Amino acid sequence: METLNRQTANIIVWLLLLAMPFWIKALGGYTELCTQVLVYALAAMALNFLLGFTGVLSFGHAAYFGLGAYGVAMTIKYLVASTPLALLVGIVVGTIAAAIIGWLIVNLRGVYFAMVTIAFGQVFYFITFRWNNVTGGDDGLTGWSRVPIDLGFTRIDILHNPTAFYYVVLAIFAVAVGIMAFLLRSPFGRTLLAIRENERRARFLGIPVERHIWLSFLISCLFVSLAGGLYALLNNFVDPRALRWDMSGNFVIIAVLGGMRSFWGPMIGAAIFVVLQDYVSSMTENWMSFLGLFFVLIVLFFPRGVLGILRRKSLS
Amino acid sequence: MTQLILFDTFNGLIVGAFYALMALGLSLIMNLSGVINFAHGGFLAIGGYLAFTLMPFVGFWGGLVLAPILTAAIGLVVERFLIRPLYGRDPLYSLLLTFGLAYIFEDGTRYIWGAQSLPYQIPTVLSSPLSSQFFFLTGYRLFMVVLVAVAVGALFFILKYTRLGVRIRAGTLDLETVSVLGVNVRILRNLNFGLGIYLAGLAGVLAAGMLGLQPTVGSSLIMPSFVAIIVGGLGSLPGTLLGGLLIGVASGLTTVFFPSATEAVMYIMMGLVLLVRPRGLLGEEGRF
Amino acid sequence: MTEEIFSKKLDRRTVIKTAALAGAAQIASPFVITARAADVVKIGLDNPLTGTFAAVGKNELIGCQLAVEQINAKGGILGRKVDLLVEDSTSGDAGTAVQKARKLIDRDKVNFLLGNVNSALALAMAQVSNEKGVFHVVPGGHTDAVTGATCHWNVFRVCNPTQTEANAVTPSLIKNMGKKWYYITPDYAFGHTLQAGLEKACAKAGGTKVGGDLTPLGTTDFSSYLIKAQAAKPDVIIMLPQGDDMINLMKQAVQFGLDKKIHLAGGQQELEALEGLPPEARIGTWVFEWYWNQPGVAHVADFVAAIKKKTGRVPTARTWFGFAATWSCKLAAENAKSLEAVKMAKAFQGFKLPPEIALMPDTAFYREGQNQLIPNLWVGNAQGKGSAGPDDLFHVTQVVKGADVSETLQETGCKMTWPA
Repeated sequence: METLNRQTANIIVWLLLLAMPFWIKALGGYTELCTQVLVYALAAMALNFLLGFTGVLSFGHAAYFGLGAYGVAMTIKYLVASTPLALLVGIVVGTIAAAIIGWLIVNLRGVYFAMVTIAFGQVFYFITFRWNNVTGGDDGLTGWSRVPIDLGFTRIDILHNPTAFYYVVLAIFAVAVGIMAFLLRSPFGRTLLAIRENERRARFLGIPVERHIWLSFLISCLFVSLAGGLYALLNNFVDPRALRWDMSGNFVIIAVLGGMRSFWGPMIGAAIFVVLQDYVSSMTENWMSFLGLFFVLIVLFFPRGVLGILRRKSLS
Repeated sequence: MTQLILFDTFNGLIVGAFYALMALGLSLIMNLSGVINFAHGGFLAIGGYLAFTLMPFVGFWGGLVLAPILTAAIGLVVERFLIRPLYGRDPLYSLLLTFGLAYIFEDGTRYIWGAQSLPYQIPTVLSSPLSSQFFFLTGYRLFMVVLVAVAVGALFFILKYTRLGVRIRAGTLDLETVSVLGVNVRILRNLNFGLGIYLAGLAGVLAAGMLGLQPTVGSSLIMPSFVAIIVGGLGSLPGTLLGGLLIGVASGLTTVFFPSATEAVMYIMMGLVLLVRPRGLLGEEGRF
Repeated sequence: MTEEIFSKKLDRRTVIKTAALAGAAQIASPFVITARAADVVKIGLDNPLTGTFAAVGKNELIGCQLAVEQINAKGGILGRKVDLLVEDSTSGDAGTAVQKARKLIDRDKVNFLLGNVNSALALAMAQVSNEKGVFHVVPGGHTDAVTGATCHWNVFRVCNPTQTEANAVTPSLIKNMGKKWYYITPDYAFGHTLQAGLEKACAKAGGTKVGGDLTPLGTTDFSSYLIKAQAAKPDVIIMLPQGDDMINLMKQAVQFGLDKKIHLAGGQQELEALEGLPPEARIGTWVFEWYWNQPGVAHVADFVAAIKKKTGRVPTARTWFGFAATWSCKLAAENAKSLEAVKMAKAFQGFKLPPEIALMPDTAFYREGQNQLIPNLWVGNAQGKGSAGPDDLFHVTQVVKGADVSETLQETGCKMTWPA
């Protein structure tokens, strides 16, 4: 029964995503907004791999998001005009950085892990911020744009057709999410859950906890840098703020908002967050207060997130 | 050149003392309650703005005394109603909460006092340099260092010799036992939070005299404080102080040789410390 | 009598109801776009309202609002009512600025786009507006490229390029302060081009550069830069940061007593920054791009009074930028008798602003082939207290004609390509 429910839920999610560019217009949205939801969803789901399923709090994921973004932008601007290749470079750059940083900090836990990830995130922020000649510094990196994808038999013009770009992002999103779901169901994923539930016991069972956390960090950052790359393509632009700690905070709140114990939670969180931010910041210049209040209310009253509440309701 | 290096070392110590003041407040709260207070910069701004508002009535000195106390009072209320419900939960939640508060404080100060920088005037006694050669040693900056020294001294005195301080230190090591021994942990945490925010408020008043007073004044100062804590050693207040001074000097000296790495050098230092001595310079062994 | 009360009651109830409905409609509007009446002309302002540039962004907004009120009172644009849609671009997040620009163009279908204070964001927005072919006025983003190397047929600019400002202020700096210059420059597009402009102008006038440092946006402590600057023994320290950074820098330099040893001066200065400084730090020679105290110039007093009535404060250059930019939209449309961007832009080449909009002694015009407004500039000294009240913080020594200090069209590097 439950698997059936889960399958129905999955089908509904994918159908909604497939049709999003159509129904969002009826609600007053626009295609770029859909793509943005997907990008944030991917980033938050990737973060949740670490946060929700390994129980490790990183507050510096924006760094890898931004590295992915700069990887893509700089590849297209300076190296080759190819979207897939640029994405690949972005992922590699973000993941290598994560491998090194992860190795440095994997022994820390809890608040201290969070703090050190914030601080390391800032390192990359300042590098992009100050290294003007290469990164464009505070002005951001302009003068490039996403390149149509040539598949041999056909050409997808993702530059001028936002709907085509949405579907390309959706396809990439599907693959990434599929891999993450597969990993979580594998023995490796189960081990991560064991570490989350009781690290000490896992250690006694002979599980190399540090290595697992490192790997989880790595996988999480890999997909976050993919999301960052897509973000750069979406805007045809990157600037250092993609790496700053407020961005990391956004990812965490998205995961919590949707429900970090559930796989699709961050996706729902992303939809709510992106639409709400877009909406409130058009309504009032005091949007920061609303956003802050939103954080406070969620933490105090809905710590389980939307899906957490729904699940509880359905149980009772 | 040697003169430049000497100057920048001195100057770095002054700047570092300021970072340390902020970092100590953060560190105090984190050690006892496990809360990373992202809103610390917001409290700092509030301290500065309150001093500005009070100035016409009580003057600079009155503001210096009153504004941090009022800020601390706000801190007590925030702790009581917003942070207290989160103890015992994943530290993630308190982090997100203070993150949200930081947004609200920035926007709130802008709403109340406006986006425009406010001219905060310091007494003329303090506003001139003491010698024309060491021009960067202004009365105000020296006063700031002295005040930081006094505040730090008082803080360490409180922690070492008063009942509250002993309990805070004991609670930092083992909160459960302290609680079992009959200490009201809630009040302890509340007062401790207030103490930390008091330091933020004090830093805010001092900052207002040196920097422009605008809603974002705190957010640019919070990251160096984080780094100071990590470099000095998580859980160690003397370490935090040392960390603050060190990064002040390091970034001062970097300006002489390689100005574009002025901020990055703090983080590089942090990386090195974590690599060589993961618990930080003065952090206690085995805690983290 | 009873009847009157009755009807009043009814009235109030209706009013409340209508208000509630209107409120609900407004809250719902982003989701239910019922295509606002097509007879409205929409101007979209995508400018900072939060962050470092919040204060100047807000002043531009006020200028825009006043202009829209005046335009609507005079029959709108081509007989249609004008709506001002405002989006917060944030002060430095270009991703947000670009998204908001897209949103204004794609979803709200604005006829005109305005913004941005931040040079980098202005460039990024120009890329979007050009791609979509929307008439775009940049009120206050100064970097040269906007109407220089990356100029676009659809992008007009009210404020000056940094090179113009540099040329305007340099003779006074050399004359009053000396020839050895040290630069403290903010590390982004605006700072780079302003410093380059000053270096060029300074070399032409026989001055030299003895050193310089780039400071990141948001620097709070300038002491180590000042120590370095002082050690280089310049005649003048040229201070180019803007906004809050400028305030931090000036405050610290004056506390260090540097003003008693070395001249402190710079390029562009703004009333917003001077207001944020304590009186003793309001010093130095600078250039203003518009100043409210212009005795004897027609229409200026009316404008100052209108803004004062609105906000209680005098207008700044920023208020005027917003005002002139918004009026430019109306003038462009009515001059071309059309709302088509290409037609408006073509008809606007070389357009002279009427004096009640220009609010300055000489004629201000949009230069043909560059879309850059060529106005007056005000060179003078900051002052703690002026003769014309507490808001008179700038003593004007010379009103420069923009045409005399602007680069030639070739020098700007602007090569405009029109859509086929």
